Amino acid sequence: MKRLFSLLVVGLLPLLAGCEMVVFQPQGPAARSITELINWSIGWMLLVVVVVFALFAYIVWKYRDRPERQGEEPPEEHGSTVLEIVWTVIPILIVIALTIPTMRTLYDLEKPPKGYEDEKPLVIHVTSADWKWIFSYPEQNIETVNYVNIPAGRLVLFKMTSASTMQSFWVPALAGQKYTMNKMETELYVVADRPGSYEGRNTNFNGRGYAHMQFEVLAQTPKEFDKWVQEVKQTAPKLTKEKYEELLLPTHLGRLTFVDTHLQWVNHADPHSKTYTNPELYRGHGYQGKIFIREDNYKSSSICNDEQQKALESDSGGEHHGH
Amino acid sequence: MGIKWNEIFVGGDPLLVGSQIAIVLTVVAIVVGLTYFKKWGWLWREWLTTVDHKKIGIMYILSGVLMFFRGGMDGLLMKAQTARPEMNFLDAQHYNEIFTTHGVIMILFMAMPFLIGLMNVVVPLQIGARDVAFPQLNALSFWLFFSGAMLFNISFVVGGSPDAGWTSYFPLAGKEFSPGIGNNYYAIALQIAGLGTLMTGINFIVTILKMRAPGMTLMKMPMFTWTTLITSIIIVAAFPIFTVALALMTFDRLYGTHFFTLSSGGSDMLWANLFWLWGHPEVYIVILPAFGIFSEVIATFSRKTLYGYTSMVISIVGIAFLSMIVWVHHFYTMDAGPAVNSFFSITTMLIAVPTGVKIFNWLFTMRKGRIQFTTAMLWALAFVPNFVIGGVTGVMLAMAAADYQYHNTLFLVAHFHYVLIPGVVFAVFAGLYYWWPKMFGFMLNEKLGKYHFWLFTIGFNVTFMPMFFLGLKGAVRRAYTYSAESGFAPLFLVSAIGSIILAIGFAVFCYNIYWSFRYAKRDVSHDPWDARTLEWMTASPVQFYNFAVVPEVKQLDAFWHMKKRGETLTLKESDIKKIHMPSNSGLPFYMAVVFGITGFFLVFEAHIAAAVAAIGIVIGLIIRSFDYNDGYYVSVDEIKQTERTWRTVEGGTENHVG
Repeated sequence: MKRLFSLLVVGLLPLLAGCEMVVFQPQGPAARSITELINWSIGWMLLVVVVVFALFAYIVWKYRDRPERQGEEPPEEHGSTVLEIVWTVIPILIVIALTIPTMRTLYDLEKPPKGYEDEKPLVIHVTSADWKWIFSYPEQNIETVNYVNIPAGRLVLFKMTSASTMQSFWVPALAGQKYTMNKMETELYVVADRPGSYEGRNTNFNGRGYAHMQFEVLAQTPKEFDKWVQEVKQTAPKLTKEKYEELLLPTHLGRLTFVDTHLQWVNHADPHSKTYTNPELYRGHGYQGKIFIREDNYKSSSICNDEQQKALESDSGGEHHGH
Repeated sequence: MGIKWNEIFVGGDPLLVGSQIAIVLTVVAIVVGLTYFKKWGWLWREWLTTVDHKKIGIMYILSGVLMFFRGGMDGLLMKAQTARPEMNFLDAQHYNEIFTTHGVIMILFMAMPFLIGLMNVVVPLQIGARDVAFPQLNALSFWLFFSGAMLFNISFVVGGSPDAGWTSYFPLAGKEFSPGIGNNYYAIALQIAGLGTLMTGINFIVTILKMRAPGMTLMKMPMFTWTTLITSIIIVAAFPIFTVALALMTFDRLYGTHFFTLSSGGSDMLWANLFWLWGHPEVYIVILPAFGIFSEVIATFSRKTLYGYTSMVISIVGIAFLSMIVWVHHFYTMDAGPAVNSFFSITTMLIAVPTGVKIFNWLFTMRKGRIQFTTAMLWALAFVPNFVIGGVTGVMLAMAAADYQYHNTLFLVAHFHYVLIPGVVFAVFAGLYYWWPKMFGFMLNEKLGKYHFWLFTIGFNVTFMPMFFLGLKGAVRRAYTYSAESGFAPLFLVSAIGSIILAIGFAVFCYNIYWSFRYAKRDVSHDPWDARTLEWMTASPVQFYNFAVVPEVKQLDAFWHMKKRGETLTLKESDIKKIHMPSNSGLPFYMAVVFGITGFFLVFEAHIAAAVAAIGIVIGLIIRSFDYNDGYYVSVDEIKQTERTWRTVEGGTENHVG
């Protein structure tokens, strides 16, 4: 039954859209299980739509007012207990049919996907900031900005938090999204089936630079991944505390790569971590109100160089560079 | 206070300068016009100080039309910006302000006043009452709403608009990330308007429970009255939450507290919870009266009584109950765990059950009927298939695991437009075409109405259908631009074209109002649609005291059965008694002005000035508590005179009085 529905839906969708939809082309087990659930729901929903539309068209056509019906008085009719029970029970049954796989998928998504249960995951810390994504590999001791390389076919665990506003981590080809929130940690298990490049982005609005908060997830063969890590370790600059605080300024950045991770100084997921924000840097146009600066705000103006100042002043929150 | 005037008046952008000029010209035109035609006294006596529920309703509806215009312009600007990839029409800041005000205005200042306006006009008539329970409070409700709406609207040119989305999620909406005063407008203006709405809720609960005509038991009430009652209960349950949330937001933004901020232990998710604890019921506050309107329109133009009345009532009560326990579906992705998400998935999906019951009841109301395709009925008919699309995609979104892929995408945006536009906007149009003769004594032009209908409905589908597919392709909401490589361009362009058709449809509606005011036939019957409920038993437009003699109700669709029994509109002279009516009052208008001024100073964080202005509020309250005006009586002679005029208009019912 489930398979039949999926086939029906998969057959219909290209006709409907005529274009590629990333949600229906999952590249990993987590996204795949969601797609299966979506297909299942679309099947049922199409059934509802077809029944209601058909009934609607039939009734409106058959009982329309025609000249020859002039003077005809419709019957006095108050309802039918049997029919009303029928169209109460059927939706309840449909809800049950949707609830069970939904719950199953919800619980499955919290765990490593099937077949990867015993594998030790590659842990990558995701820190979202305005308006960039920072990825820390504690095991490899490297950090990247706005791109993340992962080995294909290996279990990856993203531990996610935010250095500033609430944001949402979404790589539709690989998994459903989750919020990243300051002083909190969310987790996401991801496996990429095969090497490939997938687009990820923030979906939760967080100000001027929001539209450009994209990143690339590059799934590589394990060999290529190891080679890349070695390369980074040999060529990338060291991440310093000053450099990191500069990263956190509300700007757009291109891709950056560092040796060392910021986790040695700060874990933004910790409820008692410092607050790296300065309202002065978020001034928009119009009239400014009173700003309450907290003691634990880091002093950013001292490390704010000219180029960044310019980026802050431009309306779109700066330009892309370094791609 | 160190105010910099060049910062207060937002300028520089040609769009903004253009609207500033337009605002000034409009204000000048209104002032000159009123003075030239010597209408100031008329405006004050007939409108600004009125406590008549029908006039208040009309003012609500007029505000709704104006705000629809403003919110619609915002929508068109957004569509223009996203019509092509990497457009430079609007910058990010401007786009963010526009989608924020679009959302707030459309929900709170367009949908709500439209519906509350219709409730005001219709509900007292439907239950055979002379006015609402607290007429002066009703006027205050309107003027506070209006004050809040105007305060919110001037943010566009004075000081800067809010730019954190209509949900104003923290910490983004806090001072840490939005140091401008734009979000102060959000906190203060919505608070003032919200007070008005809360009072409306209380007013209508009391009105409906205490002021029904003799014989009208709860289960004999027209469906629109039922939905108004349940809506009012949701308002009273939900709005205080918003009041508190906005107050905490105000403290955070104006006085440096840390309820929702990122630093010093604030919790941003607390805002999300409070906001949606109000925000989700709010969706049903706007959808339930719409369901009521469709029930009236479908029954009337199918010439049948509403099918499954009892199950309809149970459904709306069920929806009201469920609406309060589904709010977490707005943030499934915050990682609350599968148990929480499962619970809210189930409660959310369950809303489809009573809604489905209603859809089938409407379909079976039409079955065996004689369906007349009036403009009002066309809106009700179009509602069914369009709303079903919104409904089934809503069920898809309700499934938490699937939502991980839809959340914050254009799929979601398409869904809620498919619910709110057919559900609320179509209903408002249906209600306006239907009740227009009751309000003004003439009909809206049916031919123009049909152009309006087709353009609007087609434009709506062309605009929002592509957004489902854009969402599934990975396009997110609120992004002011996208790259050419994303492949979104063709669908965005289709959507933009649709929005133009939609706008032309709305323009035809505005033209229809103008045309009908000038040229429509004035001798319209008191019951032009051969309708079923009590409001059609009285004159069009309705005399200020509503009913000369309050009718006695024996069953559902009381007026229809009176007509079937051959009861004429004959009035016995002995039945006419003097009628007690409330006096006009300038106090509600005064209160709106002082609330507006206080709010304005608060927005600009001028606390001392705000405190001084707030004294005006207290003075208003004191004046009101020493107000011993108990209203006045309408004399029997005046009633006779009035009744004779409208009843002679009816062929065959001439001079039934006396």
